[in-house]
Amino acid sequence: MAALLETRALTKSFGGLFATRGVNLAVDPGEVRCLIGPNGAGKSTLFKLIIGTYQPNSGQVLFDGHDITRFKSHQRIKQSLSIKFQVPGIFVDLAVEHNLRVALQRRVGPAHIDDETEKLLAFLDLAASRQLAAGNLSHGQQQWLEIGMAIALRPKLLLLDEPTAGMSPDETFKTGELVKRLNADGMTIVVIEHDMTFVRQIARKVTVLHFGQVFLEGSLDEVVHNDEVARIYLGKD
Amino acid sequence: MNTLTRALKRLNGTQTLGRGRAFWSSFAVTAVVLTLAPAFAESYIVNNLAYFLLWPFMALGLSLIWGHAGILSFGQTAFFGLAGYSYGVISINLGDANGLTWVAFAAALILPTLLAAVVGYFMFYGGVRDVFVGIVTLSITLVMETFMAQTAGPEWAIGTARLNGFNGMSNMPPLTVPWFGGEALVLEGTPFYWFVLALALVVYLALRWLVNSRFGNVLVAIRENPDRAEMLGYNVRLYQLAVFAIGGALAGISGVLYTTWGSYITPSSMGLTAAALPIVWTAAGGRKDITTTFIATVFLLWLSQTLAVRGAQYALVLMGAILLGVVLVAPDGLVLPVVRAVGRLVARKPRSDTAADARAASQEVA
Repeated sequence: MAALLETRALTKSFGGLFATRGVNLAVDPGEVRCLIGPNGAGKSTLFKLIIGTYQPNSGQVLFDGHDITRFKSHQRIKQSLSIKFQVPGIFVDLAVEHNLRVALQRRVGPAHIDDETEKLLAFLDLAASRQLAAGNLSHGQQQWLEIGMAIALRPKLLLLDEPTAGMSPDETFKTGELVKRLNADGMTIVVIEHDMTFVRQIARKVTVLHFGQVFLEGSLDEVVHNDEVARIYLGKD
Repeated sequence: MNTLTRALKRLNGTQTLGRGRAFWSSFAVTAVVLTLAPAFAESYIVNNLAYFLLWPFMALGLSLIWGHAGILSFGQTAFFGLAGYSYGVISINLGDANGLTWVAFAAALILPTLLAAVVGYFMFYGGVRDVFVGIVTLSITLVMETFMAQTAGPEWAIGTARLNGFNGMSNMPPLTVPWFGGEALVLEGTPFYWFVLALALVVYLALRWLVNSRFGNVLVAIRENPDRAEMLGYNVRLYQLAVFAIGGALAGISGVLYTTWGSYITPSSMGLTAAALPIVWTAAGGRKDITTTFIATVFLLWLSQTLAVRGAQYALVLMGAILLGVVLVAPDGLVLPVVRAVGRLVARKPRSDTAADARAASQEVA
């Protein structure tokens, strides 16, 4: 099966510091892939290279068979990618409903946007807060709202950068179920996450990054039982 | 829902204040009173009303650029001046026969729009952001003022139109409409006032529609979080360029109307003081709404003119104080708090129907 997302020898340095160093990653359609690794391993930089915030020093990003390395961010999004940032990237002064409309109108015409907004509000469990300025939502709700904006585009590939940061265990579990539902509907999802309970809830395949390189890739069991991974990331001796 | 219903609904969208029956009733009454004003007002007052109504285009453009898209620009006066001078040069060369003043009118709107598009392209695609946009645009208008101020010599002429340096251009023909029987309808006095009023109404409604459209939604998204807007697939720089050009065109409308109103245009119309005034008007209007911006602009123009009788510098000092006051204590501008206060006062009246109306009006505004 051809990979939906592929990075080939992707390298990015800031001055003398290599954030990623020759990263080869292939994500197949329908996967939920988790990226884990210690802070500074290059996970968020890799996302920013995939989404076009950064241009790589060398290497390629391929999506759905097309080389998108030189594409601008908005052009990449139009190829059917979408991202939720690490820090909630919402429109804090706009109403929750308006946040979703701005995203939905990229895909949905004026005749159907009301219906689609209702569906999405219900899906995210945010219907009661629709008129609230998005900045007044709880941290967890802001994360969901941003996920809602990202999935409003119905992307083939959804990138989630620490979607459960700052969430309660209950909210984290609900987010996991949401990810599983989206995946069951056919969405390919790549998640950066530190919360191993969450990773266990959603992932079948895990990639470990360390010092900007792919350290290990395999099933969840293979990764968590690997002694080196345990030492560098999971904090076991 | 059919297209017409959607278009009407769009006039009342969330990006505009004043959405209820009370607002639209007041709007209709104001429009009718202003239309009938020449029947009961002296020509001096009608001429003044035309003056008050020709400036808000520039402020509405700034509301769009600054209030909606989050780009603080001092460049509106550059486009205003370019439009004024363009109309002067073209209309003096073409003359006013056969409706040729409309060619000058159209060209004088196209040129500032193009300049805004070119400046916008270099700024936004060149990565100029935030306060630096203000600096670049202020520099452009001041350069244009300085340039025009040194065009006093006879060598500074385009065709038969002398630019006249600091004294400015004058004697350009008013807009004329070819009329039945060979007589041209000259847009001076009352006809000019009606033309400005009609244009103001059309542009106001068109902008209400625009800011509540898909385009308008994207503008406020860019103002709030340009990175997120980009990550929703919007070409942020293209939208910024587009809104900057539209703002330039609106400033151009004011420039042409001002030039035809007084039949003159001077470099000082692009000077530092002139460049600051649209900022004051728009800030006093609360920036983010075109109705409050319109009201604030007309009110401050009236106030300036009234105070100018006691000395122009005094009026400008007050404008500066208003800007300071708005920035420090009234970020929503001056219009909205006044409307809310009036709504609350009326709501206290004992008659229940009046109170209910006032509450409804207050909610509509809010």
